[in-house]
Amino acid sequence: MTTKAFQKIYTKISQITKATCSLKATGVGYDELAMIDGRLAQVVKIAGDEVTLQVFQGTNGIPTNAEVVFMGKAPTLKVSEQLSGRFFNAYGDPIDGGPAVEGEEVEIGGPSVNPVRRKQPSELIATGIAGIDLNNTLVSGQKIPFFADPDQPFNQVMATVAMRAKTDKIILGGMGMTNDDYLYFKNVFSNAGALDRIISFMNTTEDPAVERLLIPDMALTAAEYFAVQKNEKVLVLLSDMTSYADALAIVSNRMDQIPSKDSMPGSLYSDLAKIYEKAVQFPSGGSITIIAVTTLSGGDITHAVPDNTGYITEGQLFLRRDSDIGKVIVDPFRSLSRLKQLVNGKKTRGDHPQVMNAAVRLYADASNAKTKVENGFDLTDYDERTLAFAKDYSEKLLAIDVNLDTTEMLDVTWGLFAKYFRPDEVNIKASLVEEYWPKD
Amino acid sequence: MATKGIVGGIIANMVTLKVDGPVAQNEICYIETGGDRLMSEVIKVVGENVYVQVFESTRGLKVGAEAEFTGHMLEVTLGPGMLSHNYDGLQNDLDKMTGVFLKRGEYTNPLDNERKWHFEPLVKVGDKVRSSAWLGKVEENYQPLKIMAPFRLEGEYEVKSIVPEGEYRIADTIATLVNAAGDEVAVNMIQRWPVKLAMTNYAEKPRPFKLLETGVRSIDTLNPIVEGGTGFIPGPFGTGKTVLQHAISKQAEADIVIIAACGERANEVVEIFTEFPELDDPHTGRKLMERTIIVANTSNMPVAAREASVYTAMTLAEYYRSMGLRVLLMADSTSRWAQALREMSNRMEELPGPDAFPMDISSIIANFYGRAGYVRLYNGEPGSITFIGTVSPAGGNLKEPVTENTKKVARCFYALEQERADRKRYPAINPIDSYSKYLDYPEFDEYICSRINGEWIGKVNELKTRLLRGKEIAEQINILGDDGVPVDYHITFWKSELIDFIVLQQDAFDEVDAVTPMERQETIVDRVIDICHTDFKFDTFLDVTDYFKKVINLCKQINYSEYKSDDYNKYEAELKSLLAERKTV
Repeated sequence: MTTKAFQKIYTKISQITKATCSLKATGVGYDELAMIDGRLAQVVKIAGDEVTLQVFQGTNGIPTNAEVVFMGKAPTLKVSEQLSGRFFNAYGDPIDGGPAVEGEEVEIGGPSVNPVRRKQPSELIATGIAGIDLNNTLVSGQKIPFFADPDQPFNQVMATVAMRAKTDKIILGGMGMTNDDYLYFKNVFSNAGALDRIISFMNTTEDPAVERLLIPDMALTAAEYFAVQKNEKVLVLLSDMTSYADALAIVSNRMDQIPSKDSMPGSLYSDLAKIYEKAVQFPSGGSITIIAVTTLSGGDITHAVPDNTGYITEGQLFLRRDSDIGKVIVDPFRSLSRLKQLVNGKKTRGDHPQVMNAAVRLYADASNAKTKVENGFDLTDYDERTLAFAKDYSEKLLAIDVNLDTTEMLDVTWGLFAKYFRPDEVNIKASLVEEYWPKD
Repeated sequence: MATKGIVGGIIANMVTLKVDGPVAQNEICYIETGGDRLMSEVIKVVGENVYVQVFESTRGLKVGAEAEFTGHMLEVTLGPGMLSHNYDGLQNDLDKMTGVFLKRGEYTNPLDNERKWHFEPLVKVGDKVRSSAWLGKVEENYQPLKIMAPFRLEGEYEVKSIVPEGEYRIADTIATLVNAAGDEVAVNMIQRWPVKLAMTNYAEKPRPFKLLETGVRSIDTLNPIVEGGTGFIPGPFGTGKTVLQHAISKQAEADIVIIAACGERANEVVEIFTEFPELDDPHTGRKLMERTIIVANTSNMPVAAREASVYTAMTLAEYYRSMGLRVLLMADSTSRWAQALREMSNRMEELPGPDAFPMDISSIIANFYGRAGYVRLYNGEPGSITFIGTVSPAGGNLKEPVTENTKKVARCFYALEQERADRKRYPAINPIDSYSKYLDYPEFDEYICSRINGEWIGKVNELKTRLLRGKEIAEQINILGDDGVPVDYHITFWKSELIDFIVLQQDAFDEVDAVTPMERQETIVDRVIDICHTDFKFDTFLDVTDYFKKVINLCKQINYSEYKSDDYNKYEAELKSLLAERKTV
C-alpha cells in the first residue's frame, strides 16, 4: 500500500490512546482507511474536523508528528481464483511467501443479501460424526458454533468436519489462534491433499489483537466471491469468535463507550450478527456455511458472547468429555441444529426425527438414573437398562471418533433400542416400530 | 422551503447535522453521499445541531455532505395491495429491489400504482362521515378491505360525490368530502400514517373475551390468548421460541397475520417465504401467504431500521383493524428492538438505565403493547389486534429489563424453559410459571362456557393443580428415593406426567398432532381427566411406572391419529381395555 502523488499528508496528531489516534483532517469519509506511521488504521469517529482512527497494530511508539495519509477507501480484498490455496494475514496480504493476488478489488463487510433473494437451505452436510449428523444435522447455508472450553479439541473436530464435508472451498479465519493450532490446520489440510481448496486468513496470538476485527470480513468477502460469482459451496471456519469479541471490547473501551453486559459493547449482537448472517444459500446453488468456535469460560453460556451468539446462530454444538467411556462426545442435550428438520426425514430416512428424539429421551432417563445413583437410591430394572443403553449409545454414536453414514446411524440406534428396551418403552409411532424394529 | 443540513460529525450510524431552519423531533431527512440518499430520523436536537440516526450504512460519508428535511415523521403508505408482500423495516417492497444484495439508498414503492381494484361504494352522496368511515370496499386475496375516509380528517364531513362501482387505481379519486365550512377533500385509496403515533380511530376499547384459537394445546387449553389480547414468549435460545411463533402464525384463527422479524435470523424469514405460499390456512382453505404480511429487518440489516420495523408492523395492523378485521401481530424479537434503542442511546452518550438500556425502556414497551387490543369502531363493528412478542433474555435470565417491563404489560406469559427443551418436551412452555390473565376474566368464562361447556375453566384449573402437585412429588421422590414415598405418590406423579405427555407435549412437525382444534382439545382433556379421576390398584411403584408408560403410549398414538379414524378408534378401544385391567371399583 503505497501513497499516491499529491495525497495530503497530516503530521499533527492531537490525541493518542492505546488503540486510537485523533487528528484534525478534512474530506475524510467514515470507515475510510488511513496509514499512520506505516501502520493501517480506520476512521471510527468524525466530529467536525476532528477524526479518530482505530490503529489495528496498536499505537506503541507512534509520535505526535507521525505521518498520516488517508487512502480514500474502506478496507478491501482483491478477489479471484488466485486466492485458492493461499495464506493471508488480517489485511489480505500473503504470509506464505507467494506473490500478491491479482483480481477485482472489493470492499470487505459489504451489504447484506436481500432476504427474498435467499433460498431455504435444504442440503445436508454429512460429517460422519453421529453426534452431529444424527442428532444435530448440519445444512448448507447454516451458521453454527462450537461452544467449547479452551481445553477441548474443537479445532480437531472442526478440521475433521471440514475434511469430510463435501464442499468446493474451505476458508479458515483464525482469530487469536495459537501458532501451534495454525500449524495443525495447515498440516491437516496439506496431508489431505486439500490445500488447493483452502484459503486462510490468519491472526495468531502473536499478532496485534485489534487486527482480528478484519479477519471475519476478509474471510467472508472471499467466501462471497466464490459463492456468488462461481456458484460454489463454501465452508467458512472461524476460530475463535470470543477473541474477536474481546477485540471489539478493547476498541469500544478506548472510545469511552458505556459497556453493557460483561464489559462487552452494547452493539455486540449487531456486530456478531453482521458476520454470521453472511451464511446463505443462493438459488443459483452457491452457498456459504459458517462453522465457528466460541470458547467459554468454565462452561458459562450466559456470558454475553455465547449468549448473543446463541441467539444469532442456527444452533450450537457442545463437546463434553464422557467419563463413562473416556472419550469426547457431542453433548446431545445442549447441542442443537435449528435447521435439522429441513433435512431430517427428508434427505435422510423417514424414521430419522423420531429415532433421534426417542434416543435422546432415553439418554435423559439415564441421566436421571445417574442422579439416583449419586443420591444413593436403588435402581429399577428400567434404570439399569437406560444406563447400559447410555453407555453403548455414547460409545457407538456420540463419540467424536465415529464415522458412519446416516442410514447406518439409524440402524445402529434401532439395534440399541431392541437390545435394551421394549417397543412400548421407546415412544415411537407404531408404524415406524413395525418397519424398523430389528426382527430376530 | 425545506430545511437543509450539513453533516458535522459521524459515529457509526449516528450523524450530527448543522441545520438552517426548523426541524421536528423524529422528522425524516435524506443525506446525500456519493449519489446515494440515506434516510435518517431526528433523535435529538441541541441548538442548531441535530442528531439523526441513519437507517443505512454510513460508510464513506463525509463531513460537509448535504441533507434535506422532508417535513414529516417516518410514515407508512397504506392501501390495498399490501397482503402477501415482504417489506423491510421501512416498508420498502423487498421483491421490487433488484440484485442479490441490498443496495444502500434504494427505496421502493410499497404499493402498486397501476393495479386496478374492483371498488364498491358503501356510502351515497349526502351521507355524513367522520375520519376512518368506510366509504367503499375492494377485495384483496378474498379479504374484504375497506376504503376509509382519511384518518386525519377532523370533524364531520358530507359525501359530495362518490364514484360508482367499477375498476379504479389506488391514486384515483373515489370520493370528495366537504364540511360545513366548505372545505373539500378528495379521497383516494391511499393513506399515510406516521408509525410512531398510535391510531385511535375507534369508539371504545372494551375488555377482550373471545378465544383466539391457535391449535397449540398448551396455549388454548392451559393459558388461552384472546382476540385483541397481548402475550409474550420469553425464553433462552434453543427452547423453541421461533417454532412456537411460527405454529401460532400458521394456525391462529385471524383474518390478517403480520410477522415482524425484528433483528432475527434471515433463514427464519426465508422459511416463512418458502412455506407460507404452500401451506393452507386451516380456517379458510386458502394459502397462508394470502393473509400474511412480513416485515423483515433481519439481524444484519441496519440497526435503526430495526427499531422502525416493529412500529411499521404495528401501524399496518392498526390499518386493518380500522376495517373491522381480526389481526394477529407477531414480533420476533422485541429484545432486538430494545437493543437497537440501547445502541443509539449509547452513541448519544445518555446516562444508561439498568443493563445499559435507556431509562425510558419501560414506557416505550408499555406504549407499544398498549397499541394492540380489541376495539369497537365508530360504526359499532369490532376489530382487533392480538399481539404476541418474543423476548430473548440475556443468558436466559428473566430478571432483565426487557422481560420485566414486558411482564408488566402483557396479559399472557408463556415461559419457555431450558430444562423442558433439554428433555425434548416440546413446546417447552413451563405449565406452572406461565399464565393467562384472561382465564380470570368473567367475559372469557362466559364465552368459553357457550363454546365448550360450563365446566371448562374448572377442568383447566384441575390440570394446573395436578401438574404442580406432580412437580412437588417429583422433588420429594428425588430426595427420598422411589421407595421412600408411598405408592400413591407415584400414581399421582404419573397422572401429572400423563397430562404433560398428552395435553402439553405436541409434535409441531407431525401432520396431525401439530394442530388440535378446540373440540378435539376438549376430548383430550376429558380423556386425561377421566384417567386422573380413576382409582388404580398397584403393589409396587414399578408397576405404576410400567403401566402408565403404556397408558401414555396409547394416548399418544391417539393424538397422532386422524380424529375419529379407524386407527383412532382402535387405539381408543385398546386404551379402554388397558384401563379396565387396573381399575378399582
